[in-house]
Amino acid sequence: MPPSRGAQLRARIFGHTTVLIGATVILAVLAVALAAPWLAPHDPFAQDLSQRLIPPVWDARGSWTHIFGTDQLGRDYLSRLIYGARISLLVGTTAAAMSAVIGTTLGVLGGYFGGRADLLVTFIITTRLALPVILVALAVAALIGSSLNIVIAVLGLLLWDRFAVVTRSATMQVRSLDYIAAARAIGSSTARILLIEILPNIANVLLVVATLEMAQAILLEATLSFLGLGIPPPAPSWGLMVAEGKEYMFFSPWVITIPGAALFGLVLAINLLGDGLRDITAPESRA
Amino acid sequence: MSALLEVKHLDVRIPLAAGMLHPVRDLSFSLGHGDVLCIVGESGCGKSLTSLALMNLLPARARRSAQTLALDGIDLLRLDERAMSDLRGNAMAMIFQEPMTSLNPCYTVGTQLTEALRRHRRVDARAARDRAVHLLEKVGITAAAERLGQYPHQLSGGLRQRVLIAMALMCGPKLLIADEPTTALDVTIQAQILHLLASLRHELDMAMILITHDLGIVARVATHAAVMYAGEIVETGSAREVFTQPTHPYTQGLLRCIPVPGKVKRRARLGSIPGLVPSLIGDSKGCAFRNRCRHAFEDCAGAHIALAELSPGRAYRCLLPPGQCAANAAAAAL
Amino acid sequence: MLAYCAKRTIVALLVALTVSVISFALLHLSGDLAQALAGPSATAADVAQVREAYGLDRPIVVQYGDWIARAVRGDFGESFFLKVPVGELIADRLPVTLTLGICALVFALALSLPLGVAAAVKPNSWLDRLALGLSVLGQALPSFWFALILIIMFGLKLRWLPVSGSSTWQHFVLPAIALGYYATPAFMRLTRAGMLEVLASDYIRTARAKGLRTMSVLFKHALRNAIIPVVAVAAVQFGFMLGGSIVIESVFSLHGVGYLGWEAISRADFPVVQAIVLILACIYVLLTLLADMLNAVLDPRIRVR
Repeated sequence: MPPSRGAQLRARIFGHTTVLIGATVILAVLAVALAAPWLAPHDPFAQDLSQRLIPPVWDARGSWTHIFGTDQLGRDYLSRLIYGARISLLVGTTAAAMSAVIGTTLGVLGGYFGGRADLLVTFIITTRLALPVILVALAVAALIGSSLNIVIAVLGLLLWDRFAVVTRSATMQVRSLDYIAAARAIGSSTARILLIEILPNIANVLLVVATLEMAQAILLEATLSFLGLGIPPPAPSWGLMVAEGKEYMFFSPWVITIPGAALFGLVLAINLLGDGLRDITAPESRA
Repeated sequence: MSALLEVKHLDVRIPLAAGMLHPVRDLSFSLGHGDVLCIVGESGCGKSLTSLALMNLLPARARRSAQTLALDGIDLLRLDERAMSDLRGNAMAMIFQEPMTSLNPCYTVGTQLTEALRRHRRVDARAARDRAVHLLEKVGITAAAERLGQYPHQLSGGLRQRVLIAMALMCGPKLLIADEPTTALDVTIQAQILHLLASLRHELDMAMILITHDLGIVARVATHAAVMYAGEIVETGSAREVFTQPTHPYTQGLLRCIPVPGKVKRRARLGSIPGLVPSLIGDSKGCAFRNRCRHAFEDCAGAHIALAELSPGRAYRCLLPPGQCAANAAAAAL
Repeated sequence: MLAYCAKRTIVALLVALTVSVISFALLHLSGDLAQALAGPSATAADVAQVREAYGLDRPIVVQYGDWIARAVRGDFGESFFLKVPVGELIADRLPVTLTLGICALVFALALSLPLGVAAAVKPNSWLDRLALGLSVLGQALPSFWFALILIIMFGLKLRWLPVSGSSTWQHFVLPAIALGYYATPAFMRLTRAGMLEVLASDYIRTARAKGLRTMSVLFKHALRNAIIPVVAVAAVQFGFMLGGSIVIESVFSLHGVGYLGWEAISRADFPVVQAIVLILACIYVLLTLLADMLNAVLDPRIRVR
């Protein structure tokens, strides 16, 4: 039974609205992050112990000098939030890009060549899935000493599994289509087929996974920082801000609600974008 | 004797993006106890939806309306879903076209059979099993007791259809609706299933509505026939009447399509009805068949043509007088 | 059938082994363990002493071989820090983590299954939109933040539930919610998609034609089929929950394996870390095998091989 007019319209708008909302929020955050030096009212690292734990402006004791209040070292929360956006976006995009390269390579190779190559790829994927990611990331960070680059590297090297799984099955589907056989018949080299025929056709799936993995990376960095083995202080990583504020959360809950809400908002926007993209490009795969 | 099933002015409408689909239009017929009514027509003429409308198993968006819809005196239009479910599988049962996918793959044949009975009767497990075995044997399945423990994927298509027939009979229904029960089966199995249905009807004094596009089936089992075209009934009557004296050009066309061994000359063209079935979206004027009818004339495109009754139970929907096309009738199937 | 099982088991073992090699290599190669053990204020002589005492001067392959040979017999060595057998430490803490994991899984399923069924019965209704909306929100929620919010709301403001320790069953409620909610969107969507497909199938039409009541059709017939992929995913998700328990356990001060791992990492107590990684990996592969078996149990069509 074909969908009624109402349902068709709703599906299209819904798909587009979520993309619009997601994209707008992400672009806004990006703009804020880039304009940080001009937007931030204070220096995010400047401590002022006489101004500790001032509530945000909507509380009776708050003021407009510190719109989101200050943390336990007197640092302006809004400024830290704005600079923290840089960290989240940077980690998210770089780690996602890195894992995209690793995962897609594995997935496409396994999906295209099949046979023993595919067995190897599946084995590698299963091994990665069996690894307790957070534990391993923490252990490595503890030993090497953590920093922004280490966090990005660790995340990039660990988060490629969904890329691999999805591109592998997408490649297997595309591989059996006629135009691949045609390309082979005219003597195209394997590399050429992979780059020019296969990759563009799995691009939409890849894009959806990329947005979702970016969200994952941001959450994971926040978690690592929260546990103390992510970006080291005094960096304004949102996860770190929650960790540092934990002690004071009972009397000054904004110290954790504000950075947490920022994380939640950004990740939500990215997920909405990814979901919306999936609805537009391949609504049947929604599950 | 009053009719078992009385249907008057049954309509089914389904709102679609492209417009209002009207696949069942102003259907009226009645079925006596023990009758076998065959509803004949080509694919897409609305016969399956008619049967679903009787059972109230239409898709969620479909809207059913009728002046009368009564089974053995019970007004089916008044019943809510609970009351209707009490009747389904009980007083009226239905079997469908695709035996391969109509059984739940996760439960044994026995479970699915006994639950049909225990839903409507207070019997214990043993009694239910005994009845299941009894019916499986009745539908011609050997080693019935072992079959109870088997899963559907272990049975062939023909066996599954027999199981489904047995399942429909578990509560001894007064009416069995069979929607193209043999279409998905091999020809040899078809014959067996038809024979089975015919004999069951006699034994159990059960009325049947058999939906089919195959006139051969009609010839073999029907006591009455109703020919459907584009959502409407265009001819009804006893099977013999419809076959020997078809009054509607469409029925005549259908009968002409059947080649009879011995009666058809070599190299003669096989009969066919030119043209396509009209769209069922929106309501059209005049006769729905006129674009394909060799006897069509001006008035056919005018007002909507009502069903004209020739005698009780015998009616047709055409402007031409009944005898006019009879000369061309092929009394082939009988 | 037997050959298939054997093959799967061998692959599973290989995976677990590979994981242990990887973690061993990572730990030994990413830094100087002797240095980490000796502490930041140690002299070079101290470090050398530590290195010899713990056998860290041997070739890495020998170290690994030694360790794995003992590990398969259940001897995971001794904790550097606490001087007790690692196996004992883990066995002590494992019940807490397993309980937490099971509670989290139960919570996730109890929330997502009814929602998924309800959403599928009336697709595109307000309930469906709500369920999908909740699932999108759930996937964006950082687990550590959610845990803290739960503590503030239910532990502090409302004082309904305790927020640290693990002595009573109430202690597991908030942690289970904080750990389990993340799997809920995936389960809900899977159930919904599965139910949508199953509800359109012919055997559901047969069930309705038999006059079965709606509840029976939905749960006995439809869900029974739709849930098959969910169960397999649930087994695997359980494995992820065990691995991810470290965050929740540290926030709620639950002394489980995750917390132990966290402590061990901060103390460079690498035999413990090693052992935990290996055990978690083994549990994960066991769960994937279990998922396969559950598939066969639930779907009669698969059994015949």
